[in-house]
Amino acid sequence: MHNKTIAELSKALHQREYSSVELTRHFLERIERHNAKINSFITITAETALASAQAADQRIAQGKAGPLTGIPLAHKDIFCTKGIKTSCGSKMLDNFIAPYNATVVEKCQAAGMVMLGKTNMDEFAMGSSNETSYYGPVKNPWDTQTVPGGSSGGSAATIAARLSPLATGTDTGGSIRQPAALCGITGLKPTYGLVSRYGMIAFASSLDQGGPMGHSAEDVALLLNQMAGFDQRDSTSLNHPAEDYTSHLNDSLAGLKIGLPKEFFAEGLDPEVGKVLDTAIKEFEQAGATLHEIQLPHSHLSVPTYYIIAPAECSSNLSRYDGVRFGYRCENPKDLIDLYKRSRGEAFGAEVKRRIMIGTYALSAGYYDAYYLKAQQIRRLISNDFVEAFKKVDVILGPTSPTTAFKIGEKLNDPISMYLSDINTIAANLAGIPGISIPAGFVNQRPVGLQLLGNYLNESRLLNIAHQYQQRTDWHKQTPANFV
Amino acid sequence: MSLPKEEVEKIAHLARISLNEQDIPLYTHNLSDILTLVEQMNSVDTKGITPMAHPLDATARLRADIVSESNQRELFQSIAPQTEGGLYLVPKVIE
Repeated sequence: MHNKTIAELSKALHQREYSSVELTRHFLERIERHNAKINSFITITAETALASAQAADQRIAQGKAGPLTGIPLAHKDIFCTKGIKTSCGSKMLDNFIAPYNATVVEKCQAAGMVMLGKTNMDEFAMGSSNETSYYGPVKNPWDTQTVPGGSSGGSAATIAARLSPLATGTDTGGSIRQPAALCGITGLKPTYGLVSRYGMIAFASSLDQGGPMGHSAEDVALLLNQMAGFDQRDSTSLNHPAEDYTSHLNDSLAGLKIGLPKEFFAEGLDPEVGKVLDTAIKEFEQAGATLHEIQLPHSHLSVPTYYIIAPAECSSNLSRYDGVRFGYRCENPKDLIDLYKRSRGEAFGAEVKRRIMIGTYALSAGYYDAYYLKAQQIRRLISNDFVEAFKKVDVILGPTSPTTAFKIGEKLNDPISMYLSDINTIAANLAGIPGISIPAGFVNQRPVGLQLLGNYLNESRLLNIAHQYQQRTDWHKQTPANFV
Repeated sequence: MSLPKEEVEKIAHLARISLNEQDIPLYTHNLSDILTLVEQMNSVDTKGITPMAHPLDATARLRADIVSESNQRELFQSIAPQTEGGLYLVPKVIE
């Protein structure tokens, strides 16, 4: 059952080959058997999962089911789940039982989907390796000595190990696409505002975007159908008419103009990853696409720009953790300032503290123009690069990450080197455009991800291109040896 | 760019984060590295460029001034560290 596509699972449920309860039990058993090896779940919700599966089976029997009714999924532990611990990977929220559901969680529930549990993640989504989690690092199922990427590393590893067929993630600078690449799965970051941020714990509000993760573009399109949509409760939600993201999957790629930015194939790219990309590019040519060299002249500034904008927004967003209304509180505070400082000092990890402090510095009196305003101006230049590029090409292609998965511990104490693993993904968040990472091969048994970036609201086109590639290749069907 | 130790202590205070004395040298080093990375922004002239605050340049949406949320004080206070009589408790602020 764990090797089936969502369409196959859905068909089997509707034809009563097996029930959602049986399907859910199957995945819960796999989680029980394998989770200790990769640590991809923070919370496993077996009881509520079986209750939802039972309800889904009734819905199917009554003929009131949709394509995702009875299908299991895992939510990144950044999405609030009513009555269930929502930790965001932090000691700060280790005791936080969310009093309400995120819109994404509500929408998945409404479709009759079955939540298996909450996945591990970098603390407050700040990290690219899943090592900053209070609950310990997640391990990459392809090689448990290596990281799964981050911050949605728990979701990516869960899918790669086939402990759930689908998962949600969030992407602020690459947190869906980079772990998808390192774990050999498919992950989509939608256009900013397409998926509601309500109940998704805030990191950098002008960059944060939720999205679907799964094995294939087709699976991910089905989940996006459910996740996307206008939400009154999110002040930056896009009022965009609902689309069926599966409707263009089978379109031909003949005449598709693919842009290859020379900056994504520059110094820093592992030559072996480059070779995998070259082979993949030929596949697209054979499918009828044409290749065009393009330039994104400001893309080298995306990492420095991001490391002002994201910390500035995070320093503001995380000021809510004050030890007063919810979350961690220190013992015996001597006064209010001591309560704030020690609660935050004791409960935030090193990376979160670094980012809050950088943001605090950049926003402090006298520095605002030199840092935050300057970063917002360069953000405009980076975004304009894409506007120019999309006048010439339909889609931009490159490696999701310049390397394959790195060893656990290798970059943990070197923030800059860690930040550079997102060098190809960050620009899309700054511009707000959609991007997808799909598996394109292996280097030394470690997966390589290929990234496609599209213009605003071109999710259907990206999914179509990814699906056509997946019709011609089987990288997305590979399973790590210890998780067959 | 290299931040002095006192500057890091000041930033930590502004951010309301207590740091262990022995960790301060590492934070000083890391924050200096990050600010050095960020200095690359100065390689571009941005005179006259309109800052981009939001990817889609959206403006705040208005809604009708009607009550849409119900009072859930008990539920929200059930997850608070310390409450009494419907109030959040903190150390004494005014003597």
